[in-house]
Amino acid sequence: MLPSELKSEQFSEYPPRARALVAQYMEVFQALPISLAPNLLREVIDYDYKFPAERARIDDELKTLAVLSKQERQEWFRGFASISLPEKLTQFDWVNEPVKFSEQQSAYLWSTHQMDAFRKAATEYYARLQRATVKTQLALQRLGIAVIGQGADEYDEPLFQNLKNHGTLFSRLNPENGLELLLAAVEKRAQSASAEYGHWYIDGGHLVRNPQGLTCISYASIGPMRAEMLKFMQKEIQTPGMGPERLRTDMAAMTPKKLGMASSGDEVLDRFQLKVLSEGSGTQIFSTTFVQWTTREVLRRAEPLTILARYAPRQRQRPMNELLSNSSSEEQLDPKGSLMDADMGSYYHWINQQRLDGYDKSVFLVWWEGHNSALVVSPSLPRGATSSTVMDLGELLKLALV
Amino acid sequence: MNIATNEQSIALGVSRSRRDFLRGAAHLALGSSMMSISPLVRGETARKKRKVIVVTFGGGARDQETFAPEGQHNIPHMLSELAPQSTFFTHVTNQGILGHYVATASLTTGVYETLNNFSAVPPDHPTVFEYFRKELKRPSSDAWVVAPSNGFNRIGESECKNFGPGTGATVILPKHLLSAAARGGTANLDHLLRDNYESPLFTPSLAGGEFQIQQLESILRLSVSDFMSHARTLSSPDELSLYIAVRLMQEEAPSLLWITMHDMDVAHSGAYSLYVEGIRRTDRLCGELWKAVQANPEYAGNTTLLILPDFGRDSDLDPGGNGFQHHRTGDVASRTTWMMALGAGIKQGVLYDSPIQSIDLVPTIGAMLGFSAAQSNGRPVKELV
Repeated sequence: MLPSELKSEQFSEYPPRARALVAQYMEVFQALPISLAPNLLREVIDYDYKFPAERARIDDELKTLAVLSKQERQEWFRGFASISLPEKLTQFDWVNEPVKFSEQQSAYLWSTHQMDAFRKAATEYYARLQRATVKTQLALQRLGIAVIGQGADEYDEPLFQNLKNHGTLFSRLNPENGLELLLAAVEKRAQSASAEYGHWYIDGGHLVRNPQGLTCISYASIGPMRAEMLKFMQKEIQTPGMGPERLRTDMAAMTPKKLGMASSGDEVLDRFQLKVLSEGSGTQIFSTTFVQWTTREVLRRAEPLTILARYAPRQRQRPMNELLSNSSSEEQLDPKGSLMDADMGSYYHWINQQRLDGYDKSVFLVWWEGHNSALVVSPSLPRGATSSTVMDLGELLKLALV
Repeated sequence: MNIATNEQSIALGVSRSRRDFLRGAAHLALGSSMMSISPLVRGETARKKRKVIVVTFGGGARDQETFAPEGQHNIPHMLSELAPQSTFFTHVTNQGILGHYVATASLTTGVYETLNNFSAVPPDHPTVFEYFRKELKRPSSDAWVVAPSNGFNRIGESECKNFGPGTGATVILPKHLLSAAARGGTANLDHLLRDNYESPLFTPSLAGGEFQIQQLESILRLSVSDFMSHARTLSSPDELSLYIAVRLMQEEAPSLLWITMHDMDVAHSGAYSLYVEGIRRTDRLCGELWKAVQANPEYAGNTTLLILPDFGRDSDLDPGGNGFQHHRTGDVASRTTWMMALGAGIKQGVLYDSPIQSIDLVPTIGAMLGFSAAQSNGRPVKELV
């Protein structure tokens, strides 16, 4: 089936808001090339469970496409229209299984050397959308905080190397009560500019506390879901004919209900947490990967004003089958390796924050927990500089946010 | 700063950065100024004695953790011991599918293969081992592959007409060998059976020319108990691979030996420190391999060693990826790597930054050893032949 043949009744399995959205913009969907339509539906099918920022993006995209002339659409979609797909894929039920379709499409594009062309088409399309989107004023400077190195008392390699040219290194901080000072500061921000899923605290261990106005998620709090996911993966692994690609597809189709999880009352957050585990490689076994990937996904999807991401020591490396079996009764930790993971993770935190609106005013702070060194990237501070000023973490944050 | 990527400038920057660094740190000179000092191996006798070892520095290594200035501390052996003796290519591109098996298969055939990366299938085109054995009438003992992952068991030969089963390389899968030798009792050896994150469950039934446990003794002159004892002293699958490779060199002295490293692909789990640890280990193993070559009279003086990653990994800045963790975007960083050549017939201390492709490897080996790679889509790298 081609997009031009789409009809509203084919979307009866979609959740209500997604169904209504498709009906509203049916003419747009019918005009999309086959290489693009299922990829957009992949987003739309989850519309009811998406963060407000994501829903706004989808709305904006459809509104933008709806007002394009026929000629403009041809221009916008030219790259996608030049992608050829086999009949097997066009006949696939891509309306109801857009995720599976896009995985098969991806494999086909690689095997026919069309991936570069598709990538170019997607990049150009995204750039056009960006240009057409009206930027909104943020209520606050965006703030990212990464707290790294918990439990690592010594480290013999230089830290913050990827960020040092972008900010100021503070080498004589007073670490006392540092975490609480940072938590209090983000809590105050959340209260001053309340926003649904706009302020987050992510912890690679246990939450220190549950600050008011923040969406909180931790490796400990998703423990039961993680255990169920690992059980599911183990069961899948033992299925004859199973391979990595099918496992990934099956995991992507997982829902909290299918996994036997009780609802927390926040289905958007429940689904997000599940996706962190089902779509993130390594999030099921390493807490450092969990924090890095969760931070990335929160920034990409929820576009929050604040994230405080705290890394905790991950378990030591063991054979992968053993890690996936979640079998060891006594978990051995690797604080040094975790510090290196988190140092890189904090760099990715900053990069992902810089992809969002207001990047030129945003602030990023990374602190080695319990120690006197931190690096701050802020429009108010020089780049590539070092400061030996003595201050605590609360004072440092105030300085950065001026 | 906004995060923007310009692929052309990244590619150029990557290549320049690597070149500038190597010129300073490893005292390499631009190739165009060094054309007069080639110790080329000439003559039929020399060619018959010549041996080639290929090491794929995998699975998937980026510049910034290897030859770029910020990665140099991870590769002290290649940088200070091997690079000064080498001809170094700063700009090697892989235009094929960026999966480890299919990419390595493409390296062995000189054609960008399109097979399913997770299937136990042979390459669709003749391999370098088949060309080598058929045209030079070499016995099976003269071409070997050592690969850590069970998924590589069909890489030694294709099923092509006039080539195919029995005409390629024997494949040793050290982890498979270890499992078989341990007969299920792998206590204290699990670290050597560690698989990459993407395929912990991928253990296809073995078929083709894979090495059998009985041959431990008959070919490697190694008892199961000695093999197990030594394995207990090692720390990773790639260390086990090197041990087997060196043993093969001692006992069989193959003229064409292919070693696939894979430890660093633990990057898929998202733990940067484990990825870097894998690179540092592979660097050390490359240094040890070169020492083993020099210490072995069958190899010293007549061996060319070629080291190259199968491909890179995604850039930190590509929004479609997650940096070092995967190689899924097809961006410049994931497609652009390097190659180091050293030993017999290779100019020392030279670098080239003109682009070559990974599929050029097979015809280049063909030109070195004296066979044609008729179905390859690559071209011999003129600076090496």
